[in-house]
Amino acid sequence: MSSYELPVTTTEPAAQTPIPVRRSLSTRWISLLTLTTLLIAWWAVTATGVIEPLFLPPPAAVLQKGWLLATSGYMDSTLWQHLAASLSRIGLGLGFAVLTAVPVGIAIGANRIARGIFDPLIEFYRPIPPLAYLPLIVIWCGIGELSKVLLIYLAIFAPIAIATATGVRTVDPAKLRAAQSLGATRAQLIRHVILPSALPDILTGVRIGLGVGWSTLVAAELIAATSGLGFMVQSAAQFLVTDVVVLGILVIALIAFALEMGLRALQRKLVPWHGQAH
Amino acid sequence: MALLQLERISAQYPGAPAPVLADISLDLGPQQLLVALGPSGSGKTSLLNLIAGFVAPSAGRISLDGVPVKGPSAERGVVFQDDALLPWQDVLANVGFGLELAGVPKTQREARAREMLALVDLAGFDHRRIWQLSGGQKQRVGLARALAADPRVLLMDEPFGALDAFTREQMQELLLQVWRRTAKPVFLITHDIEEAVFLATDLILLAPNPGQIVERLRLDFGQRYAAGESARAIKSDPRFIETREHVLGKVFSQRQVSP
Repeated sequence: MSSYELPVTTTEPAAQTPIPVRRSLSTRWISLLTLTTLLIAWWAVTATGVIEPLFLPPPAAVLQKGWLLATSGYMDSTLWQHLAASLSRIGLGLGFAVLTAVPVGIAIGANRIARGIFDPLIEFYRPIPPLAYLPLIVIWCGIGELSKVLLIYLAIFAPIAIATATGVRTVDPAKLRAAQSLGATRAQLIRHVILPSALPDILTGVRIGLGVGWSTLVAAELIAATSGLGFMVQSAAQFLVTDVVVLGILVIALIAFALEMGLRALQRKLVPWHGQAH
Repeated sequence: MALLQLERISAQYPGAPAPVLADISLDLGPQQLLVALGPSGSGKTSLLNLIAGFVAPSAGRISLDGVPVKGPSAERGVVFQDDALLPWQDVLANVGFGLELAGVPKTQREARAREMLALVDLAGFDHRRIWQLSGGQKQRVGLARALAADPRVLLMDEPFGALDAFTREQMQELLLQVWRRTAKPVFLITHDIEEAVFLATDLILLAPNPGQIVERLRLDFGQRYAAGESARAIKSDPRFIETREHVLGKVFSQRQVSP
């Protein structure tokens, strides 16, 4: 094999490497620099008294309040209890949505009749902002947990069902034929070929759904709730407790960020072939 | 005694003005490696899809062991041009996929899959991921997967068409070795004249508008390779070159007659 090797001209590696190394570092450093600058600006405008603490409390005060909230609480509940209330609502909504939207999406993608039934229903309610039908849900299901979980469920259901259907419709026909020529039944095709093929799309649907779901949940808690991060922010605002408001917003942002990063990691773990040439 | 029989097959896609295949009859027996050679548009892929059962003929009869072919089945294993492997499974699971579908226990199907991987010179590749393989390696996994299910006949849809010339040469030799060792009848389609002449025990030449058989040849170059002669010696043999030029001439004379 190696007897006909072409002569390779060796170049100095140092002459070519500096550019990629500098580039791989810079993006992260720029992001970090942006965040640090923002924090310093926040600290500067509050420390010099340009902005009154009523409108923007200094970072240290927010941090201190955070400690106080985590240990003794605000409005009868600690920060953890508010957080747990919000997370359990979105967790329940997401769980039910995945369990129902994935089968419905597969049915839409694989079956003409199912597409005829579900497509108009989903396309009808999907463009409506969830908060617009929250009052109706409250009339039907009361003000308790059910109405909030149902709202989240509906917000997450559509993106997952649509993404799943898209994934099913774009399954490589050669893979289906390969499985059929190995003796696959229709059920086996769904289980062994269609579902794994659609998994990258399903996870993308879950990511989009969680983003929509989280913002809907917090907004719903601002309007009608007695616990949760949205409620904490809203009730603190009514008493002009600005540090709790700022802290609440930061925690909400952190959770959204963590959900997004967690799902990206899950996507890398579950579908490592996605984006690979195969 | 023919294993696979096609009797006066015609095929026409719904809405198409002309048939893609007209009046095709052919037999495939136990020791045969039948190659269908033709330019694009001659309906060779349609012919393979008919035999595999992916589409139904508009007229005629296809039977395997005397039983009419209805839809795809594990009796007719297919190797695709684009490998069509499952990237969420490793190499071993891909090769054992047909057995998994048939409900064969895990240890048994893994043993069989290892055996097939050794047959295609990929022993030790068990836990590689599909996207880590080269084009030639993927085609070998595809071949091992089709063989693992122990089909009655092996159908190959331009299996080496997407490979570079060097890899294609190696894969042709590998196919002949596998064919000799497993004694599976093979039906292969290609548009590569040299490949067709080298591999075939029986060659059919297809011409387009509509797809029809214009030449049938019995050849022995593949058998000479199997008997120990080197591939290069065979391909530079005057008789090989003569056959190749004859087939090439036939393709071009068909081209001129057709509109």
